[in-house]
Amino acid sequence: MFELFDAVLAARLQFAFAIAFHIIFPALSIGLAWYLMVLQGLWLKTGRDIYRRVWRYWIKIFAIIFGMGVVSGIVMSYQIGTNWSVFSDKTGPILGPLMGYEVLTAFFLEAGFLGVMLFGSNRVGRKLHFFATIMVAMGTMISGFWILAVNSWMQTPAGFAVNEAGQFIATDWWQVVFNPSFPYRFVHMMLAAFLTTAFLVAGVSAWHVLRDRSNSAAKLMFSMSMWMALLVAPLQVLAGDFHGLNTLKHQPMKIAAMEGHFESKDGAPLILFGWPDMEQKKVHAEVAIPKLGSLILTHELDGHIQGLDAFPEEDWPNVPLVFWSFRIMVAIGFAMVLVGLWSAWARFRGRLYEAVWLQRLAVLMAPSGTLAILAGWITTEVGRQPYTVYGLLRTADAVSPLDAPAVNASLLAFVVVYFMVFGAGIYYLFQLFKHKPSMNEQDIQRGQARRAAGITPIQGLQKDSTAEGH
Amino acid sequence: MDYVLIWAGLMAFAVFAYVVLDGFDLGIALLFPFIEDQQDKANAMNSIAPFWDGNETWLVLGGGGLYATFPLAFAIIMPALYVPLVIMLLALIFRGVAFEFRWRTQSERGRKRWDLGFTLGSLLAALAQGIALGALVQGIEVADRAYAGGWWDWLTPFSLTTGIAVVIGYALLGACWLIYKTEHRLQRLCRQAAFQLTLALGFMIAVVSVWMLFKQDPYMRRWFDYPNYLYLSPVPVITVVLGIYLLKAIKSGRELAPFLTTIALFALSYFGLCISFYPQIVPPSISIWQAASPESSLKFLLVGSAILIPTILVYTGYSYWVFRGKVNSEDQYH
Repeated sequence: MFELFDAVLAARLQFAFAIAFHIIFPALSIGLAWYLMVLQGLWLKTGRDIYRRVWRYWIKIFAIIFGMGVVSGIVMSYQIGTNWSVFSDKTGPILGPLMGYEVLTAFFLEAGFLGVMLFGSNRVGRKLHFFATIMVAMGTMISGFWILAVNSWMQTPAGFAVNEAGQFIATDWWQVVFNPSFPYRFVHMMLAAFLTTAFLVAGVSAWHVLRDRSNSAAKLMFSMSMWMALLVAPLQVLAGDFHGLNTLKHQPMKIAAMEGHFESKDGAPLILFGWPDMEQKKVHAEVAIPKLGSLILTHELDGHIQGLDAFPEEDWPNVPLVFWSFRIMVAIGFAMVLVGLWSAWARFRGRLYEAVWLQRLAVLMAPSGTLAILAGWITTEVGRQPYTVYGLLRTADAVSPLDAPAVNASLLAFVVVYFMVFGAGIYYLFQLFKHKPSMNEQDIQRGQARRAAGITPIQGLQKDSTAEGH
Repeated sequence: MDYVLIWAGLMAFAVFAYVVLDGFDLGIALLFPFIEDQQDKANAMNSIAPFWDGNETWLVLGGGGLYATFPLAFAIIMPALYVPLVIMLLALIFRGVAFEFRWRTQSERGRKRWDLGFTLGSLLAALAQGIALGALVQGIEVADRAYAGGWWDWLTPFSLTTGIAVVIGYALLGACWLIYKTEHRLQRLCRQAAFQLTLALGFMIAVVSVWMLFKQDPYMRRWFDYPNYLYLSPVPVITVVLGIYLLKAIKSGRELAPFLTTIALFALSYFGLCISFYPQIVPPSISIWQAASPESSLKFLLVGSAILIPTILVYTGYSYWVFRGKVNSEDQYH
């Protein structure tokens, strides 16, 4: 029963599964840490209590998400060695130091100040507490910097030589870190993290606004998230376009798969939908706009586009998977732009909190960022296959010398544990989302402390709610 | 300057930092089922809630650092210890999420379930780490830059023994941490536990130390060749003295001394291990020089580490200082 997949496929599935779960949490951690930092900064600056209430609402959610990110992240750092030992041996001298720097500059920073951020508001002054939040937020982004440098190097390796043991060794560290696709990938991913968070916040707050239009905290969250959608979603489309052009330059085969172009031609169409068939080398039921593909990719109507036929067939990635995941990501991106514009229109008319259909759409789109991230990563990672280091090290040659039953058994264990534990985590998150942002939002509560009852006098509550009643 | 030696030292330090730091917070989870009172349970958990994440970061540094500086060792050890490592990773998940989930669940049953996950996850993680250590000590089969053994080679009576030794050691660290951080009933409970655990750990250290000598020839030679035994004979002597002092410190009502003494015991045992290993990193065949990254990589990472590691120690120390003193139910919950 433990030989369901061969050792390479089982190892790939395990890595894909573990990283797909993992990536959601750090993406939300980045966005939420920055959101919390902004809220806390606004609170310190204006002294308006509402910012603190919203901060307290999201800090509990952040704590859970961050915790799940940590435990699923430790898995990733070891899985490189357990399942991809040849890859480890060969890339260690180049990618190892980058990951080492990620640990030293980001993980310790986040972890060191997380305790103060979560539990320290009574122990340190306001400014120091704010400083801790800033450090955590910086840590999340620095972590993104290094891990995307690593990932980008695997896509577009640069600044290296190969030694007699077959290891990649650095000849120019600047080129290793700032390899050709890194700046694009980094910007694209950071914006994705912000958007994912913004749409989560939008969905949760819209749900509460729909139920109670006088809830000022929910309204504040909704308004802030709609600003993010308006400003960041178009930026992301732009960043994605630049990233795509960069991919065309360095990984044209991946672009051909994303676009479903089997044949090289001048004036290639933009294929909107269809089913790419790798056997027959054509797209079935194709819906396409003539010449637009060339226009987008080369900015000329008759620009030459390399198709998959320009590359050996054994180097092709799985075309339908790359083709479709790319379309899902792009569709979500445009939907996000639409929501942003809609919100601007509603805001302009002074009806942001009355725009029921906008809010319903926002609720529906709460997980859209997460889906877009997963789809985007499938596009770029499956598009890198059959290589781990693009063009240099094949996935089949990078794997550990493990028996198939070992890898199948661990795959099964990962699937069971992840669904059990992170399933429970997501359930707890939904309970927190369901919880209405209230007047006396509490800090993280632990144990049987009985301080809550006395904290907000009932008169204060009434005063607050009448003030918002208009 | 020999960068390989510097990195071997730094990696040894990172692993030791992990063992001590996560050791005490894993250890607390091992004591958890024996703590009956709910408030005491909450105090025990809250005494590590602000730190556990930072403590586990040393594990990531251990893995990531090995990948960076001794990639060949990383590439051999990880598949060789596949089963214990996968168990450790999965177990750490259960234990890590318990810190948040325990407070999120509404029902008594739910809380008990996460408490069980907290304890079992920590127990399995500690056991797996100890087994991994034993499996490394007893030697790993290598051929052509890769692990050449099967996926159950790690499982031997010796590795199970080291597994149990580490579990006992972590529980002792946890008990001593709680002696330091708590009062009254919970502290008394931990004093009792620490006393018994010290005796048990002393026994395990003796067994593993002697048994280990017979596992590889170089270990025996390291300790008993002339003139090595002259330099090294103080190690077991000081260990015994520290053990006796620890028992007295636990009995006599000292609060911080038991924790520090236990760390010293760990340091001595760890030193003994490193002495036996050196210069092997994957016994019996791969030395630190064979496994090391090229100098360009070692230098590149060392430049930053020279500044970053001291900085990390400072702010980590600061975070411990912010949460200094006894945990108590009125103050800690934020």
